[in-house]
Amino acid sequence: MSDWVKVARLDEIPRLGARVVRSAGKEIAVFRTAEDQVYAMHDQCPHKGGPLSQGIVAGRQVTCPLHGMRIGLEDGQAVAPDHGCVPPIPAKIEDGAVYLRI
Amino acid sequence: MKPMKLVMVGNGMAGVRTLEEVLKLAPDLYQITVFGAEPYANYNRIMLSPVLAGEQTIQDIMLNDVDWYRENGITLHLGKKVVKIDRKNRTVHAEDGTSAEYDRLILATGSLPFILPVLGNDLDGVVSFRDIHDVDRMIDAARKFRHAVVIGGGLLGLEAANGLKQRGMDVTVVHIADWLMERQLDETAARMLQKSLEQKGLKFLLSKATGQIIGNDGRVTGLRFKDGQEIPADLVVMAVGIRPNTRLAESAGIHCDRGVVVNDTMQTYDPRIYAVGECVAHRGTSYGLVAPLFEMGKVCANHLAQMGIGRYTGSVVSTKLKVTGIDLFSAGNFGGGPGTEEIVLSDPAGGVYKKLVLKDNKLEGAVLYGDTVDGAWYFQLLREGRSVAGIRDHLMFGQSHVGDTGHLGQNKAAAMSDEMEVCGCNGVCKGNIVKAIKENGLFTLEDVRAHTKASSSCGSCTGLVEQILASVLGGDYSPQPKTKPLCGCTDHTHDEVRRAIREHKLLAIPEVMKFLEWRTPDGCPSCRPAINYYLISTWPHEVEDDPQSRFINERAHANIQKDGTYSVVPRMWGGITTPAELRRIAEVAEKYNVPAVKVTGGQRIDLLGIKKEDLPGIWADLDMPSGHAYGKALRTVKTCVGSEWCRFGTQDSTRMGIDLEQAFYKMWAPHKVKLAVSGCPRNCSEAAIKDVGVIGVDSGWEIYIGGNGGIKTEVAEFLAKVASAEEVLEYSGAFLQIYREEAYYLERTVHWLQRVGMDTVKQRVLEDAEGRKAAYQRLLFALRDEKDPWRERAKEGVQRHEFETITL
Repeated sequence: MSDWVKVARLDEIPRLGARVVRSAGKEIAVFRTAEDQVYAMHDQCPHKGGPLSQGIVAGRQVTCPLHGMRIGLEDGQAVAPDHGCVPPIPAKIEDGAVYLRI
Repeated sequence: MKPMKLVMVGNGMAGVRTLEEVLKLAPDLYQITVFGAEPYANYNRIMLSPVLAGEQTIQDIMLNDVDWYRENGITLHLGKKVVKIDRKNRTVHAEDGTSAEYDRLILATGSLPFILPVLGNDLDGVVSFRDIHDVDRMIDAARKFRHAVVIGGGLLGLEAANGLKQRGMDVTVVHIADWLMERQLDETAARMLQKSLEQKGLKFLLSKATGQIIGNDGRVTGLRFKDGQEIPADLVVMAVGIRPNTRLAESAGIHCDRGVVVNDTMQTYDPRIYAVGECVAHRGTSYGLVAPLFEMGKVCANHLAQMGIGRYTGSVVSTKLKVTGIDLFSAGNFGGGPGTEEIVLSDPAGGVYKKLVLKDNKLEGAVLYGDTVDGAWYFQLLREGRSVAGIRDHLMFGQSHVGDTGHLGQNKAAAMSDEMEVCGCNGVCKGNIVKAIKENGLFTLEDVRAHTKASSSCGSCTGLVEQILASVLGGDYSPQPKTKPLCGCTDHTHDEVRRAIREHKLLAIPEVMKFLEWRTPDGCPSCRPAINYYLISTWPHEVEDDPQSRFINERAHANIQKDGTYSVVPRMWGGITTPAELRRIAEVAEKYNVPAVKVTGGQRIDLLGIKKEDLPGIWADLDMPSGHAYGKALRTVKTCVGSEWCRFGTQDSTRMGIDLEQAFYKMWAPHKVKLAVSGCPRNCSEAAIKDVGVIGVDSGWEIYIGGNGGIKTEVAEFLAKVASAEEVLEYSGAFLQIYREEAYYLERTVHWLQRVGMDTVKQRVLEDAEGRKAAYQRLLFALRDEKDPWRERAKEGVQRHEFETITL
């Protein structure tokens, strides 16, 4: 059974940026868009395992810093014509705090 | 708001591309209806030749299947020919009674093959070469009959003849002019082409006018020429040209003059009605190749999407024949004329012929036969109208824009077999690229990069990929447009963005995007770093750097590695270090369990495999300045030991190198910048392949610029000889500052120099002494008080969140 866990204050994540959350040995990338939505997924590009948290966030996409694969933040799907998927992790904001369901 | 109704008549490549662009720009603005006279969805008409030749099937050449229309909410009427436009009630009517109302109408009715007005042109077995139906009839005839005659020795006619020959027919090409493809080739090239086609088994009858097509029982049996000669024929293909199909437009009273007349926004004389593609007459010209049609589609879509900023101003087209094994290219005015000059290379035995036509030192036209590697480059020079005065002596030998390594040393795609690797970075073979182009309907370099990854990493094989595209697509290959937008978020070019930032004093990325009406809310990974650089280089000390718009290396001030760890390269001025520094580096490496320590090509020490959270600690312990080995910035100044130690040294190159590095470090630039200083012409620091290379001679220093040791080795060009170290700083600094202010983001010095010309740079750095001093001062001003990013992060807590992981 997974629960909502508070991971950070929203202002601890830079706009158009990300923070890395380590949970049970796994690294999770938590992104914040320009409009202050938050999205989370495993910090691993489906292409060659690059750390997505280090990529440039634009709109609702992040571009992997290693080889430039673009991943949709909402569904974790690679943008066509590339293929691949990172399982998204539910994220929400409540009272200025960011929660993940893990 | 209720969506407006957009109706399109014609379901071909130009029209559907227009719709794709509209959907990209304004997906919800219109409710779209499409009428197509053919029973097929949108297919790649230029691939009909390979289908005829049996190299591809109809399925292979579909661009948009019926599912695409459904997914995009488009109502599609196939096999319904529109016969009437009721402009008063804004309705179109099809032959079968189907009708649709429109707020905006696109005419994309294409063209009709021209049929010779001779007796017998309606006999069974007389076909044109225009659509899938024609191809089916030709393939069917090839199964049953033997003699084929193709009337017309132009591009289409020769492709048809080649296809029928491949299908086993005995093919004769009849042509009215004295040589083949007379509108694209001069006589010499045409004779060479004819010879190689004859070797493939085709027969030719030139300077022959068809008098009559003869038949028996309603079926064609032969051809009689005006001179009385007769030849047998079971199939006659008319490939004597196309005419814009203006029938519908004319019947609706829309002004036509050979084609449907449009203005630069693709509007007809009825402002609600647009027209694109082969049916159009724009500034008196109609086009039959895909590249201009796509440009029209883009402009038309821009206006339909109510953005209103595109203009179509006409196209220069080039021709390439899609016949396997024949390499042919032509563009522009190759016939010469008053005031033109010709440069010709003719090697008939070797099968190579090249003719370049110049006028006022500009390239006017080109014909290449047998070796078309440089076609794309000539075409670019032609379209840009650039002066070729400076490169005239080697113009004929082309520009090898293919890198030196990574593709088996090949620079001619035509000479490569399908299994040979084109892209050594991503392991893509020629066959993969050809297949992707054909199966996915790709037209541009960007398309190929997205689908295959070929040439998308180091770019060394870009030239080869372009050659492959050009040979698969023939004349329909769309080379890079003359002025390229900065990225997909805008139609503005690098120059326009820079100018807006300078002239309107824009100081932040959102301000730039708003001012220039960016299409995306916060840009993309291509434009944000570019705009950030343009801002900080234009308004130093006034603009705040945006870390989120920098690539991770420049954000974290370390170099990301394949496993997500980082590398650290401490700055050692001019490559000189001390035992104390080495000891600190050794201690840090042990304390943090650094897995690898390596000496770099730039005479520095690289600590590899460092965890991101350890970076600030490592920097603090090292207590050395940032190496900037990760950024679009001054990397290193490589030196030799020079006159201090070397028995041949004439100048103190080490001191010079240290001075240059201390003066210019922290300098952000459009791309990485590497310097080197040698103490004598033996040049042990390899200054000839650096962005700025300085070579000491007995009487002073020689400065070289624009060298590059990477993907394609480029030897730096001589800029100036100066007497003192102060002048070395001033001249190099001025050169670098002009580069910083005027090059496009991600353009190395060599490519910028090729674009603007060495003469311009010499004028500004050598002749204009005032300008040089001013540029040097601007560089010093920009670098004044610039912080050391490592120190800030190691000791002052800047950007702390960047390096801290949240552990649950």
